[in-house]
Amino acid sequence: MPVQHDIAEDASAERDEIVAVMIDQVGRLLASEVSVERLTAMERGDAVPELWDKFAELELPLAMVPENAGGIGLDIAQGMRLIRLCGYHAAPAPLVETMLSLHLWTRAGGEPISGPMTFASPRAGRLQVESLGSRLRVYGKLRRVPWSNDGHLLAAGEGREGRAIILLPASAFEKVSRRSIANESRADVTVDLALDEPAKGVVLPIDAQAMEDVLQLGALMRAQQMVGAMQRVLDISIGYSQERAQFGRQISKFQAVQHMLASCATEYAAASAAAEQAGELWGRAGQELAVAVAKARCGEAAGHVAATAHQIHGAIAFTKEYMLHHFTRRLWSWRDEFGNETFWQSRLGHLVCTKGGAALWPLLLGEIAI
Amino acid sequence: MSTDFRFASLQLPPSAIEIRRRIRAFMREELDAGRYDPQISSWNTWDEEFTRRAGEAGFIGMVWPKEYGGSGATDLDRFVVIEEMLAHSAPCFAHWVADRQTGPQILRFGSERIKRTYLPAIAAGRCYAAIGMSEPNSGSDLASVQTRATRCSGGWRINGTKIWTSSAHRAHVMIALVRTAPANGGRHDGLTQLVIDTSVPGITCRPIYNLCGHHDFNEVHFQDYFVPDDAVLGEVGQGWKLVNHELSFERSGPDRYMSDFRLILDMVDRIGNRPDALQSVEVGRLFAHLSALRRMSAGVAGLLAQGQDPYLEAAIVKDLGTSFEQSVPEIARRLIETQPSSEDDDAYGRCYTETRLFAPGYTIRGGTREIMRGVIARGLGVR
Ligand SMILES: Cc1cc2nc3c(=O)[nH]c(=O)nc-3n(C[C@H](O)[C@H](O)[C@H](O)COP(=O)(O)OP(=O)(O)OC[C@H]3O[C@@H](n4cnc5c(N)ncnc54)[C@H](O)[C@@H]3O)c2cc1C
Repeated sequence: MPVQHDIAEDASAERDEIVAVMIDQVGRLLASEVSVERLTAMERGDAVPELWDKFAELELPLAMVPENAGGIGLDIAQGMRLIRLCGYHAAPAPLVETMLSLHLWTRAGGEPISGPMTFASPRAGRLQVESLGSRLRVYGKLRRVPWSNDGHLLAAGEGREGRAIILLPASAFEKVSRRSIANESRADVTVDLALDEPAKGVVLPIDAQAMEDVLQLGALMRAQQMVGAMQRVLDISIGYSQERAQFGRQISKFQAVQHMLASCATEYAAASAAAEQAGELWGRAGQELAVAVAKARCGEAAGHVAATAHQIHGAIAFTKEYMLHHFTRRLWSWRDEFGNETFWQSRLGHLVCTKGGAALWPLLLGEIAI
Repeated sequence: MSTDFRFASLQLPPSAIEIRRRIRAFMREELDAGRYDPQISSWNTWDEEFTRRAGEAGFIGMVWPKEYGGSGATDLDRFVVIEEMLAHSAPCFAHWVADRQTGPQILRFGSERIKRTYLPAIAAGRCYAAIGMSEPNSGSDLASVQTRATRCSGGWRINGTKIWTSSAHRAHVMIALVRTAPANGGRHDGLTQLVIDTSVPGITCRPIYNLCGHHDFNEVHFQDYFVPDDAVLGEVGQGWKLVNHELSFERSGPDRYMSDFRLILDMVDRIGNRPDALQSVEVGRLFAHLSALRRMSAGVAGLLAQGQDPYLEAAIVKDLGTSFEQSVPEIARRLIETQPSSEDDDAYGRCYTETRLFAPGYTIRGGTREIMRGVIARGLGVR
């Protein structure tokens, strides 16, 4: 049991209020700014600078930076509520990635920087860090880096001296533009830099857990975005089923359609529970298991919800004209990033089998860690 | 918004943490003494001796007031006790129905005599209960029940037939849903719940053997069976409201996703600590499902304990949980080659076989999957 201090609880309750206000503000901002037209428009280009400016005005990028580093100091569970909201609206600027990159960077001791920021999945490549006398060579390839166009990129690196987290301005790497299945920017990045030692403010040493956290935080981020997008897909589907009429009645009156909606709701509910749990257990003994559960469960639910929502819509959602695809394609994209279901299930299964049947129940309750 | 579901994390009170320690000590003692075999048991296993010991130890009816045999424990304390029993594959069936729904229903709606007659005995682990809802022509459409009670001096005379009545041949008490008046106004009117004392003449049970070859089910005939007035639950004519209240106890508990727990544990042990790729992935998937379900079920327990009525969330847990537990034998058979036989020399093979045979009922009992999806659709506002 974690020791609980009243002061810490007060501060956390205060932050909960801040989160509620932020959720409200951001929800309204996204609802008014992220129109279907805009989502469609941004599929042709990358940035939506006006939107970024609005995020910056609300200091959203600093949401998860500790207070003593000049941020708002939301914890992971609180920040994840914002991230879920961004998923609900398919927020088309790298706000989510920026919030978490800044969190990772400042946690490693870096100074907060302004402007959009992103981080690469350690499963998509790690940079090598090599000491060459007074200089440091940083090189490697990173595949499918989200939103690397206009800001800083954070990447995990390793070398003889250990592990590091590395901050690179957009000018410091080459990239080949690539887009995800949802047409979000996912460039392949090549880095080959020589830096003067000590490369303070660029290369910061981190420990093994912090390195692992880059992957896990990315997985949790995508899981929560998926939960948001699944809720949106469900809401859109409920709405459509009540508008569309066939055989002289709303299709929502057909039991087959009702059952499709119910199964979407059920999968989304499970995903939501799993993702929320992982946010709450972040930083505690159960973190790794909970993140693996969240990414695996959300990814599985995403596939089901997307497929079923398309079925509910008929042909209309098989077009670029109707909005459902903005969300279903993101589900198909996000579930495969920072480790797909198979990756996380396999990790989980390996852990469970290694511990044996007797440990399964305590593991489920979070009583023993791994 | 209708899609903002409530599955918040459950903060267990200190009492529940203490209860967990106690129930675990109890289960450990049971296992150490070899009093039941976890490999062939589940909450659907009938074991009167286990129930008596659990009752004596204070684990049955624990949320009821002391005067009725309980200890005034909280609903969350009980949640912990039942999930631990399931996690230990304890043979709970003899008290399950009484503890989960019949007792609470009697406590809330029964007369003083009925409460005194049954509750302390249930809590002591010496009184078993049955559910008299379904009939040959009334399954999902429960409001169409035809068993009839007609007014007589001092009470009611029942005639009719109930079916699928689990454990009726062993139960001391049953709550039956019967028609006490024609459905004039609406089909939900004129129904009443009555407390049936199975030792009174006028009631007979015909055994029905289930897929596993067990005699759990019965067809129960009432012939001029007499029920005194003080055995009516709530008000005459309010049976529909009451039966729905009773069903709500059934829906979101750990018994909706842990029925196969022994098979899961056995399977993991059988796979051993060097799982192949498929085994890792499937066991991981299974764990992820269980973890989400446990969180959801605990969340609903928390809401129930606050006096809320999360019927939508409860139906979601039942639909998801029972579909999950039904899938477990299908997963197991792909991970460990077995040719199912109840006579397998190997305990795992017998466990798999039994579970395989038992699993079809999971998505039927307590309201079918389709009925649950209808409840969920209603909650979403499309019905
Ligand atoms: C293991 C087990 C234990 C049981 N124990 C008890 C007990 O102790 N006491 C008791 O009273 N009952 C008990 N039952 C009975 C149980 O409550 C009923 O089986 C259940 O309510 C379904 O009724 P039915 O079997 O008549 O199926 P039906 O209602 O005839 O359903 C048959 C099929 O039609 C579908 N269907 C029916 N209506 C609809 C609809 N409106 N929309 C869509 N699909 C529909 C069902 O989902 C199902 O797939 C038990 C059942 C099982 C399996």
